[in-house]
Amino acid sequence: SLPKSLNKRESERKTADFFIFRSSLTMSGNKQEEDPRINGIKTKIRVVPDFPKKGIMFQDITTVLLDPKAFKDTIDLFVERYRDKNISVVAGIEARGFLFGPPIALAIGAKFVPLRKPKKLPGETIFEEYELEYGNDRLEMHVGAVEAGDRALVVDDLIATGGTLCAAINLLERVGAEVVECACVIELPELKGRQRLKGKPLCMLVEYR
Amino acid sequence: MFAAENGLKGDPRLEAISAAIRVVPNFPKKGIMFQDITTLLLDHKAFKHTIDIFVDRYKDMQISVVAGVEARGFMFGPSIALAIGAKFVPLRKPGKLPGKVISESYELEYGHDRLEMHVDAVKPLERVIIIDDLVATGGTLSAAISLMESQGAEVVECACVIGLPEVKGQHKLKGKPLYVLVEPSGLDEFC
Repeated sequence: SLPKSLNKRESERKTADFFIFRSSLTMSGNKQEEDPRINGIKTKIRVVPDFPKKGIMFQDITTVLLDPKAFKDTIDLFVERYRDKNISVVAGIEARGFLFGPPIALAIGAKFVPLRKPKKLPGETIFEEYELEYGNDRLEMHVGAVEAGDRALVVDDLIATGGTLCAAINLLERVGAEVVECACVIELPELKGRQRLKGKPLCMLVEYR
Repeated sequence: MFAAENGLKGDPRLEAISAAIRVVPNFPKKGIMFQDITTLLLDHKAFKHTIDIFVDRYKDMQISVVAGVEARGFMFGPSIALAIGAKFVPLRKPGKLPGKVISESYELEYGHDRLEMHVDAVKPLERVIIIDDLVATGGTLSAAISLMESQGAEVVECACVIGLPEVKGQHKLKGKPLYVLVEPSGLDEFC
């Protein structure tokens, strides 16, 4: 029989000062029993109202990085998930993807590839455009960094609309890599980014509603 | 000071690290031989060696903070912090950090830039190491040291993968020790 905790749901309460996160480690909507480390991580995320502009509740992960246990737990959760999946490349999205991607890559024996804003990478690059609220931006990757047949994981701190992650998936697929999954610490599910991942699964630790 | 002069002379890991770094001529502008560490990140063994050398050096020095300079310092700093049980603090370009920040100016070849840090990130008397991929003039690292000292923290050392000729022979930056793994790679470019 199933343990009781598998059916338990955390309730969400909003107060003037803080939000409790409902969180889960999910893959394409399949719920698993919540790992006890997730609560420690979610309580460390700091919400900064009206940044970068009014109305946005910014999810600040720098406070997770200030807690060695919470940061280690974050990395461990992803490493445990991916270590036996023959991932050959971890691609991290500038700049906060650089905070999580390399430790994961090192632990699972994969290459790390930075996906960067325009003109930062010194060598020959390919780029993919994606939409911002106003206008477009570009994500670049070095030619030769990822090869056909590479099995890739894309990492960022947060998924909102999914535009950046979609651009990352496109870059990797264009060079013949297989994107196995996207991994983010935080998801903003109301922005439906999960649907913009070209059918690729998303793994996240904490939801913010 | 260079790692080879400080206990790691002849260490084959240093050669592997050096060999994995790609030189890109004339980037970002003519005459500059850019030291590209992205090829080091593609070489899992060499990347691991890089982290291991820093971790071995700092793990018994009671370091409570690893600060990394955006953006390439982010590629090395967090792994070191995780391995030695320290906090990681990102030092960022202006306007990126969402909370209350302090900032320090530093000179570029033409003009200035600023480095920012969250005010609550570092406490007085904390022991800090500052990480970047490369040290050239030391301007950015000096700004980082100033940020730490303004909070009453002690910078134990600055650590970089690559040190340009300007710093060879310089053991200290703003009075703080500087630890560097390798000199710039030669003209060999990896295709």
